[in-house]
Amino acid sequence: MEALHDFLLTHVQGDLLPWQAQVEAGEHFGLTFGQVEETALKLNILPSRYQRNRQTISTAQQLTLFQSKVAVIGCGGLGGYIIEELARLGVGNIKAIDPDVFEEHNLNRQILCNISVLGKSKAEVAEARVRDINPAVHLIPIKDAFSKANGVELLHDVNVTVDALDNIPTRIELAETCETLGIPLIHGTIGGWYGQITTQLPGDQTIQKIYGQRSEVRGVEKVLGNPSFTPAIIASMEVAETCKLLLNQGTSLHKRVLFINILDMEIEDIRI
Amino acid sequence: MRITIKLFATLRTGRFDIETLEFSPGVTIDQVIKELGIPEKEVTLIFVNGHHADIHDTLSDGDTIDLFPPVGGG
Repeated sequence: MEALHDFLLTHVQGDLLPWQAQVEAGEHFGLTFGQVEETALKLNILPSRYQRNRQTISTAQQLTLFQSKVAVIGCGGLGGYIIEELARLGVGNIKAIDPDVFEEHNLNRQILCNISVLGKSKAEVAEARVRDINPAVHLIPIKDAFSKANGVELLHDVNVTVDALDNIPTRIELAETCETLGIPLIHGTIGGWYGQITTQLPGDQTIQKIYGQRSEVRGVEKVLGNPSFTPAIIASMEVAETCKLLLNQGTSLHKRVLFINILDMEIEDIRI
Repeated sequence: MRITIKLFATLRTGRFDIETLEFSPGVTIDQVIKELGIPEKEVTLIFVNGHHADIHDTLSDGDTIDLFPPVGGG
């Protein structure tokens, strides 16, 4: 271990650790990319890839993010952007849950979807994408539909769950499972020009308050569909809420819902 | 009695953004929604004077209600 520490400390350039040194450390000491990155962060050495995070996220906070585990429920419109941003942010462990494969009608908005992956598992494409961005980030692909039946097993070991589902009844089941497990849920949803987000902490029952006893599966998106820009906006705000929660920073959307109307550029900040 | 109604997102289509209308005393939110010609299932979030409310709640003169449609996509 001391040899690895010496290796990392001698390969620091300025005060940053270049990617090539991370690769060489892994090869030299027979370690995974993840083990090398975590060791560097514990030594207060910042991998070069995070240098533009630095004025916002300290090296100690970067370690907290790297040691965190976040579940993303759905790898489609919202989920693709969420996974992409969590990986670039440096969240070290991501569970990506989606039973579906990419189809042509996903091409208008889903960042992980391109012509070459049509017919392929969304969760597995997410894994490949994250490996391309940063192989130190461990993404666990789960090709299964989230439900109340498997929810506890899927989420028992995560710090935060991020909602990227495409229907209302499963969202209510997800919210109930997070309440049971006592874990925070970052809720986001989209339809046409509209989207909403909130941060539900255990005991809040915010999602249940929003949807009540609804039996309908879909909302306004049933008619409006979803264009390219709405998922990017809502997903980014969900990742920002996740980051703040993991680092205990800023003011969250706890007991608040942001309802965003991009058509008229209006944002309602609702207390609930 | 007068109730101010604020509609959001798709609920505005063919209606209005904000209007103050006259209703009979003791009117409930579901009755207001019905009089506006909005199907009940098209309203999810309801607020009266900024506080979360139930569709069966009774309104008072001067109340402002906010009505939002359900959004469920991802």
